[in-house]
Amino acid sequence: MSADVELSDVSVTFGSFYAAKNVNVKVNGGEFFSFLGPSGCGKTTLLRAISGFQEPSEGKVLIDNKDMSGIGPNKRPTALIFQNLALFPLMSVSENIAFSLEVRGVSKEERKKRADELLELIALEGQGDKKVHQLSGGQKQRVAIARALAVEPKVLLLDEPLSALDLKLRQRMRTELREIQKRVNITFIYITHDQGEALTMSDRIAVMNEGELEQIGKCDEVYNNPLTPFVATFVGENNPLYGKVTGIEGDKAKIETADGQYLATMNESKKLNIGDESIAFVRPESLFIPRDGDNFDNKINVNIESFEFEGNLKNFYASLKSGAKIKFSVPNAIDTSFITSGSSIVLGFESSKSVILPKASLAID
Amino acid sequence: MNNFLFTQPFFKKNGKAVAIYFLVAIIFWFVFLVIIPQFYMLDLSFRTNVPPLARGGPEDYYTFEHYSHFIFGSKTATDAFNFVDLGVFGRTIFVSMLVTIANLLFCYPIAFYIAKIANPSTARLLIVSLIIPFWINELLRSFALRILFANEGVINNFLTGVGLLDQGILFITYDIGLYTGLIYAYILLMMFPLYNAIESLDINQIEAAKDLGSSSFRTHWRIVIPHAKPGIVSGCTMVFMLTVGALATPVVLSSPNTLWFPQLIYQWFNMNDNWSRGSAYSIILLIVSVIFVLTMMRIFKVRIGEIIK
Ligand SMILES: Nc1ncnc2c1ncn2[C@@H]1O[C@H](COP(=O)(O)OP(=O)(O)OP(=O)(O)O)[C@@H](O)[C@H]1O
Ligand SMILES: [Mg+2]
Repeated sequence: MSADVELSDVSVTFGSFYAAKNVNVKVNGGEFFSFLGPSGCGKTTLLRAISGFQEPSEGKVLIDNKDMSGIGPNKRPTALIFQNLALFPLMSVSENIAFSLEVRGVSKEERKKRADELLELIALEGQGDKKVHQLSGGQKQRVAIARALAVEPKVLLLDEPLSALDLKLRQRMRTELREIQKRVNITFIYITHDQGEALTMSDRIAVMNEGELEQIGKCDEVYNNPLTPFVATFVGENNPLYGKVTGIEGDKAKIETADGQYLATMNESKKLNIGDESIAFVRPESLFIPRDGDNFDNKINVNIESFEFEGNLKNFYASLKSGAKIKFSVPNAIDTSFITSGSSIVLGFESSKSVILPKASLAID
Repeated sequence: MNNFLFTQPFFKKNGKAVAIYFLVAIIFWFVFLVIIPQFYMLDLSFRTNVPPLARGGPEDYYTFEHYSHFIFGSKTATDAFNFVDLGVFGRTIFVSMLVTIANLLFCYPIAFYIAKIANPSTARLLIVSLIIPFWINELLRSFALRILFANEGVINNFLTGVGLLDQGILFITYDIGLYTGLIYAYILLMMFPLYNAIESLDINQIEAAKDLGSSSFRTHWRIVIPHAKPGIVSGCTMVFMLTVGALATPVVLSSPNTLWFPQLIYQWFNMNDNWSRGSAYSIILLIVSVIFVLTMMRIFKVRIGEIIK
C-alpha cells in the first residue's frame, strides 16, 4: 500500500526565519521522489513536517488526501529513516527491526517471523541476533530500512541515509534502495544534497533553495530544461554566459555577451524580451570541438588553461576573451593531443542544447 | 625497576613530575586515608574495650563480643536477640532504600526535562538553581527543614493560620521531616549522574522510537532508561551509601524516639566511650550496605564497570 503525499502551501518558520516557504508539491503513491538542495536549504525541515515532528507554521500536509494537522509522528502512516540512522544500540538487530511490532503488542513468535522475513528482504538472513555495532555501515543502513518497513508504512521518508557511506557502498546502496522500493512498492520520499544520487534513483525530483522549491519534474526534464539559474548550476554542471537579449526568433533568443553573440533556447514559462539581462547556459558535455563539416549554431573562442583527467572524460578549463571561465568535457576515446595549455581553439554548441534564463543568482556563487 | 616504571605509557604521556605526583597522591590517599584507618577499625572491632593504659595487658584480647552484642544483645539481657539495634539497623537500610527510590523517581523526570526538552538557557538556569541551595552546608539545610517542619514551624503555623487545620501535623514525630531531609540531602548525587547519562542519548533515538509508533512510556522504558542505566546505578549507589551513613540530618530531624544507625555508632564512640563496639557497628554497616548494593546490581544485571562509564 502506498499513499499520495501533498504539501499545500507549507511554510515552517523558526522565529522570523523561514526554513521552508510556500512549498507546494504532490508526490504520487508508489513514486520515488527526491528533494534535492544544498545544505541548510530546509530539506530535513520539510521531511519533519511530513513525518509529524514539526507542525508547519502555515499550510497543510495531506497524506492520501487526509489532513495531518495535529496527528503525531506515531500516528502517521509514515516511517522516517534518520540522517544518522538512529538504530537502537542496546537491542539486537531483530529487536530493532521488530520494535514497531513490539510497540503494537504483537506476540514474540509473530515478531520473530516478521523480523526474519525482513532480514531476508535486506539480505541479512540469520544475522538477527547480532548487535548493531557488529554490523558494517551498509548493513546498518539496510537494518534501518527494514526497521522502517516493519511498520508497513505507506510512505518511507529517507533523510540523506547514504551520506555517511563511502563512495562505492553509496553507489551500491542506490541500486539496492531502488530495488527495495520496487519490491515493496510504497512511496519513497528521499532527501539529498547529492544530485547524482537524486538523478539516478528518483522518478521525479524537487530542487530546493533557501526554503523554496525552484523546480519539480522528471530527472531529465530538470537536467535539460532548468527553470532557474540556480537549478541550472546545482543540478549537473553548467557554464553561464552573461549578457543581454538582442533578438527573439520563435523559442530561441539571441544573447549579446562580452565575448560575442549566441543563440539559445528559451523556456516556455520564462519568456524573455529584448534588452533583458539574462544568462545562457551550456553544459561541459554540450561543447564540442568542431570537425570538418560540423556546423554549430554557436561558436566560441577559448584559450585553454588547464586539463584534468577523470577516467571516462577529459575535462578542459579555458578562459574567454573577457576573462570568463568555461569548462568542457571530451570523452576519453577522442584524441585531444592537439589541445595544449595556452592554445586557442574554437568550440561549437547547438542552440537546442543551451538554455537562456532571466538573470538570477547561481548555485555556485 | 626504575627503568621499567618510567617507560610505562602513563609516565610517557604525563611526564615524570606529574606522573610521580599522581602516584604519590594516590598511594597516600589509599594507604593513609583508606587502608590504615579501616584496618585499625577492623582490628579494634575484634578487641575488648579497655582503657588505653590497659592495652596490651591481660584484659586486651581478641573477641567477637561486639558483633554478638549487635545480634544477641548484652549478656544480661532477657531477649533472645538485640531487637533494638537490629530494628534500628533494618529500618535504616529499608528507609535508605525507599529514599533512594524516591530520589530516583523525583530526579528522573527533571533530569530528562533538563537534558532533552528544555532549551539550553532554561536548562542552564535550572542546573544553577539546583546547585545553589547546596552551597549551604548539610547541617544548616537540616535546621532549615526543622524550622519548616517543627510543631510550631512555618508549615504548621501557615496551615493553622489560614484555618485549613485546627492542629498542626506532627511532622517531626512521624519522621516526615527526617524522610524529607534525607531525600533532599543527597539529591544532587542522583541528579547529575542521571542528567549526564540522559544527556548523552541521541535525540534521534527518542524520535525514531516515536516514529515507530512507541508511546512515550515505552520510549522511556525501552530506550531512555536502558541507555541511562549506568547513570541510574551510580546515582542510586551513591545516594544509598550516603543515606545509610547520614548523621547530621537524622540528628537534627529524627523524632526523639527513633534512631538512625549512624547515630547509634556515634553513641558508642562518643557517649559510651566504647570505640571497639562503635568500630564493630561501623564495619557491620559498611559490609551489609556493600553486599546490599552488590545484590541489587546483580538483580538489575549491572556490572561494576558500567557505573564508571
Ligand atoms: N529547531 C530549529 N531552530 C532554528 N532553526 C532551525 C531549526 N531547525 C532547522 N533550522 C534552520 O532551518 C534551516 C534548514 O534546516 P534543515 O535542517 O532543514 O536543513 P537541511 O536542508 O536538512 O540541511 P542539511 O543538508 O545540512 O541536513 C537551517 O538554516 C537551520 O539552521
Ligand atoms: Mg538535513
